[in-house]
Amino acid sequence: MAQFLVRRLFLVLPVLLGILLVTFTITRLVPGDPCYVMLGEHATESTCNEFKARFGLDKSLPEQFIRYVMNISQGDFGNSLKDRRPITTIIAERLPMTMELTFFAMMFASVFGVVLGVVSALNRNSFIDTLTMLGANIGVSMPVFWLGLLLAYIFALVLKDTPFQLPPSGRLSAGMSLVPLAKTWGIENPTGLKAFVLSLLSYSAILNGLLTGNYALTLDAIKHLLLPATAVGTISLAVIARMTRSALLDVLGQDFIRTARAKGLKYSLVIQRHALRNALIPIVTIIGIQTGGLLSGAVLTETIFSLPGVGSRMVDAILGRDYPVVQGFSVVIALIFVFTNLIVDASYAYLDPRVRVK
Amino acid sequence: MTQQPASVPVLSAESIQQRDNPYIMTVRRLFQHRSAQLGMALLGILIICAIFAEQIAPFDPIVPLKNVKRRDVACIHLLGCPAEQQEHLMGIDGNSRDLFSRIIFGARLSLIIGISTVSFAIIIGCFLGAIAGFIGGWLDDLIMRSLDVLMAFPSLLLAIAIVAVLGPGLINALLAIAIIEIPIFARVVRASVLSVKELDFISASRSLGASELRILLTRILPNALTPLIVQGTLGIASAILSAAALSFLGLGAEFPTPEWGLMLGEERNSVFNAPHLVFFPGIAIMLTVLSFNLIGDGLRDALDPRLANHGA
Repeated sequence: MAQFLVRRLFLVLPVLLGILLVTFTITRLVPGDPCYVMLGEHATESTCNEFKARFGLDKSLPEQFIRYVMNISQGDFGNSLKDRRPITTIIAERLPMTMELTFFAMMFASVFGVVLGVVSALNRNSFIDTLTMLGANIGVSMPVFWLGLLLAYIFALVLKDTPFQLPPSGRLSAGMSLVPLAKTWGIENPTGLKAFVLSLLSYSAILNGLLTGNYALTLDAIKHLLLPATAVGTISLAVIARMTRSALLDVLGQDFIRTARAKGLKYSLVIQRHALRNALIPIVTIIGIQTGGLLSGAVLTETIFSLPGVGSRMVDAILGRDYPVVQGFSVVIALIFVFTNLIVDASYAYLDPRVRVK
Repeated sequence: MTQQPASVPVLSAESIQQRDNPYIMTVRRLFQHRSAQLGMALLGILIICAIFAEQIAPFDPIVPLKNVKRRDVACIHLLGCPAEQQEHLMGIDGNSRDLFSRIIFGARLSLIIGISTVSFAIIIGCFLGAIAGFIGGWLDDLIMRSLDVLMAFPSLLLAIAIVAVLGPGLINALLAIAIIEIPIFARVVRASVLSVKELDFISASRSLGASELRILLTRILPNALTPLIVQGTLGIASAILSAAALSFLGLGAEFPTPEWGLMLGEERNSVFNAPHLVFFPGIAIMLTVLSFNLIGDGLRDALDPRLANHGA
């Protein structure tokens, strides 16, 4: 198992290098002199030369790329053009929100997707099956931003003053605020990795509430996440339900299921122990693949529900031509995506011993 | 790949040929497929809307109307709207334009978006996949690893990043969407090429003196057609969704283009006081995407010879 993981980790390296090459190239392709793009149109030639020397833009492209990779490996993504703050700091503030949203969406999609898929497969060609699969088809065809708006309309306006009313936007209710953990715990001016981790934990409203015993904060944050997570998770839910259904049907048709039934095992046990276990690999694969879709969906949903996550900041950065932020965020998101796939691969090896040998 | 008719004495040669012709069988299976029927019906309506948009739409989709209330609800005579009032099937949008007319014209744009991006992606993807699979070696590694890197980004985010470089606009958005769809088609074509490249009928062609290019174009690539058709149909669905998303974010189509995603984006803040302006464009996107998804599913079943006798 360990050997398998090490081998997979080595295979990730060229992909990581490729990701850095793409993000590096993307910012070099921006039309116009980077100096004028960064400093504005009124920059003089001498300030431009100084700027280029400072950021190494007067060096050859390969040298620039090496410098870029070195900087990133030390956690330095440069500064935002808009407010001159380090991008690492911005990421530490924004990422927790997006991770929370993606996590909740993933839980929603996997749990309901697998359950619906199993119910469909066990009642094949019944009314429930047809209805679920039609629902799944509609689910994958819905624009996530539209679903978000509809959910906001239904749960904030139509169901107003009922127990089902949910907040349509924002991270926390008025009057609630996040206190940095460094302040709560009395850590003065943390630096480097410590500051980064503290910031990540602080800006995750759910974890912040749990860590400081402020459960009202956690509850409020979860309440605000329900609608966006449902919107983001619906497409994946549909895909997972379809995959679960077909994977389970595939397994149910095989000989060992009949053998298990023939030896007198209870049907529910056959499903649990024999069928589902074997159907899990394609299901886990599709859940892993969906992570990318969830991250994309999170970008759109954050802008609708005005959530302060990576996605809404990235859209702002693109519209404001803040290239270092676009670059930094792209690298971070691609990294998350690549490592999720790595975890999926590792889970195959856990689920199916044959994979380890290959 | 045409099958030779089996010599059954009772039936005439023509009738057997017609019965066993794989193309006719496929089309027949497609038309018998439940979800494909629904998909084709939806797509048919869309195509009619797209072709006859000028005739169907009662108003101009771009020029603002006079004497109407902005964001007014729908007025349908059959449902009790006073006869002297102008009929607006889906209401008026925030710029005093008839929403129904804009939705109808949007069908034309969406179909063009879906088909043009996927055609572009298929051409480039086919080329790369065919070269990678047919020539192999270091070229295969180079092409496929580069495409792996493209796939390491969540697709919509990559499109957003590409638009960030090219600058917002519909054409740039379409280019970005086409680029993110290339790897899928390249993989499909490469897989088909690899699966037949070593088979006997290829060696037979080669020994008959066929050139490599001829073998690739007339012997190998036709085998990639089936998965390409299925993937292409599903690709159109995802391309339309991505284009709508980019326009929604303000990175695609620009005011006053009647693009469904843009229409949603323009009116997203009025969802609480004029929900119809958000509801209808979304339904239009959903039905369009649904139609391609359903047809794609149907095609996959119809083109799968293993399912040939089930008649789905």
